Amino acid sequence: MAQIDRDKLLDIYTRTMKVNRTDEKFRELLMGGKVAVMYYCVRGQELVSAAAMAALEQDDYVVCTYRGQGEQTAKGIPMEKWWGECLGKATGTCKGKGGTMHITDPETGIMVTTGVVGSGLPIANGLAMASQNNGDGRVTVVSFGDGAANIGGFHEAMNMAQLYKLPVIFLCQNNRYGEHTAYADHTDSRNIASRAEGYGMKGVTVDGNDVHQIYPAMVEAVARARAGEGPTLVEAMCYRMMGHFFGADFSYMPPEHIAEMKREDPLPKLRQVMLDYQFTEEELDAIVADINAQIDAAVDHALAAPLPDTDEIYKDVLEETA
Amino acid sequence: MAQITMTQALNLAIDEAMADDPGVFCLGEDVAAKQGGGVFKITSGLTEKYGPNRIRATPISETAIIGAAVGAALAGQRPIAEIMLMNFVGVCMDQIVNHAAKLRFMSGGQTPCPIVIRTTTGVGVGFGGQHSDMLEAWFAHVAGIHVVTPSNPADARGLMRASIDANDPVIFIENILCYGLKAEDPGPGYRVPLGKAAVAREGTDISLITYGRTVLDALEVANELAKEGISVEVIDLRTIAPYDEATVLASVRKTGRAITLHEAVRPFGTGAELAANIQEKCWDNLKGPVRRIGGTFSAVPFASHLEQAWIPQKSDIVAQIKASVGKV
Repeated sequence: MAQIDRDKLLDIYTRTMKVNRTDEKFRELLMGGKVAVMYYCVRGQELVSAAAMAALEQDDYVVCTYRGQGEQTAKGIPMEKWWGECLGKATGTCKGKGGTMHITDPETGIMVTTGVVGSGLPIANGLAMASQNNGDGRVTVVSFGDGAANIGGFHEAMNMAQLYKLPVIFLCQNNRYGEHTAYADHTDSRNIASRAEGYGMKGVTVDGNDVHQIYPAMVEAVARARAGEGPTLVEAMCYRMMGHFFGADFSYMPPEHIAEMKREDPLPKLRQVMLDYQFTEEELDAIVADINAQIDAAVDHALAAPLPDTDEIYKDVLEETA
Repeated sequence: MAQITMTQALNLAIDEAMADDPGVFCLGEDVAAKQGGGVFKITSGLTEKYGPNRIRATPISETAIIGAAVGAALAGQRPIAEIMLMNFVGVCMDQIVNHAAKLRFMSGGQTPCPIVIRTTTGVGVGFGGQHSDMLEAWFAHVAGIHVVTPSNPADARGLMRASIDANDPVIFIENILCYGLKAEDPGPGYRVPLGKAAVAREGTDISLITYGRTVLDALEVANELAKEGISVEVIDLRTIAPYDEATVLASVRKTGRAITLHEAVRPFGTGAELAANIQEKCWDNLKGPVRRIGGTFSAVPFASHLEQAWIPQKSDIVAQIKASVGKV
């Protein structure tokens, strides 16, 4: 088992809990009727996002999806801006014009959040192509689900990335559902990573609930990309422990699947790893308490923040209207 | 000054933009030297100068081509993506409409998307139903995109430079039948600003508003009708969207009559938008209804005589002008 540096593990734990507490807070606000917006829960996938972002440098690029809270917060978007955007406020990353499905924050490398399944992969290639053209040494990670592996853009992007040896990492968060359709009902391939071979690309399938698998896999993929050795398809097996979007019925998940995902929940597993690394319960609790306080402050800030001016609908259409 | 074709004009504009800015690069099917510099030779000779990274021959993957252009633009580069024939935009509309056009707005202005999407089309060369359509209205209907088309080599050179300069996506439509047109070279650095129409011919009786290849038909008809004492003003929009409303309205206010003309099919075409806007804003100046001329509302047919019958006819342009000015 690859050993992870203690400081790095702490970093991953902190990012993971940031993702998790943000998710919990969002669901609490939605349940309480305090806010009413589309939100795609990331419960069960926190570690994949956190480990992937922990493998990157600050100026590396990320493209994610509507279920991108994990990448966004783990990459480090300031919480006040993130919550501001999700609540449609003028203080948001996009002045309230993007919303939960279109968070963009170039300062932290979150370049596109797409609401269209599979559309991020071709765009990630372009970011990587720019890095290849200008030699800036950046890599691009694009996150998507197993459902996205069946849309044409996936195949076009995989082929092109390998052809040009682009510095891009395709991170497939295989949460076993494409919207409301189970993996076995939308795909007959034994897994997604095996498709990489068809493009001449390196592909790996790892347990996304095990920090000792997902983090080293991402580190290796990032190193290959940065060294000019081309793209990697990293398939992280994980579970989406809620419905497709907040409030969606997910009674279609069979009881044995629910039992399995509870058993495989990445959070207790990661906590146990932390304890094995001689972090104390008190230290870990203090980290979570600190994150909770930051989130509460950010939510309060966003709730009190002004709405965008109505004339924003005419702005940022073209440069002339900026 | 030397005479250049539209093909040369486009090549020169791209060449000088690439020389001026290392962030400008081309990608598309068959665009590199190995494949002959593009099916219409627009990127001929550029691989030798700028290397394979800046003239990227791509797989036949329109979604990946436009997606890559979008991503590179977000990273600060200025890609020129070629979609070999305009009908193929149907394969990559998501990247153009949901992403390129909207990312500036949805990001609150943080991520402008300066890409030029070059594409070729045109009726009259026997390419049939899936290689001939003018689809400008599809894009004119989307906020966040410039739609540009030149009718002559000088404008081609100037509009291409301005399109590469633009900090937003541009759909740059080239008509196959215009590539061989020759005209005086306006010279290096020449730019035609986006959003500015040209009065291609001044007139006083009626405004004929058009763009692209049909500008040639319009000028021919205007010359013929001048002999009969009908003075036709021909407006070449050059930028179809957002178009130069001031020039169009000023012309119609002067002449009191207007006809829109395009090769694209007539129903729900750009002519409909122009006509509606003219009627809203020039009602008191109008001496009659705004008329629209466009291609037949069917797929472009293959057989040569069918294809020729499909295209807006010069005889119809003449008839509509005469009916409009009351000289039937």
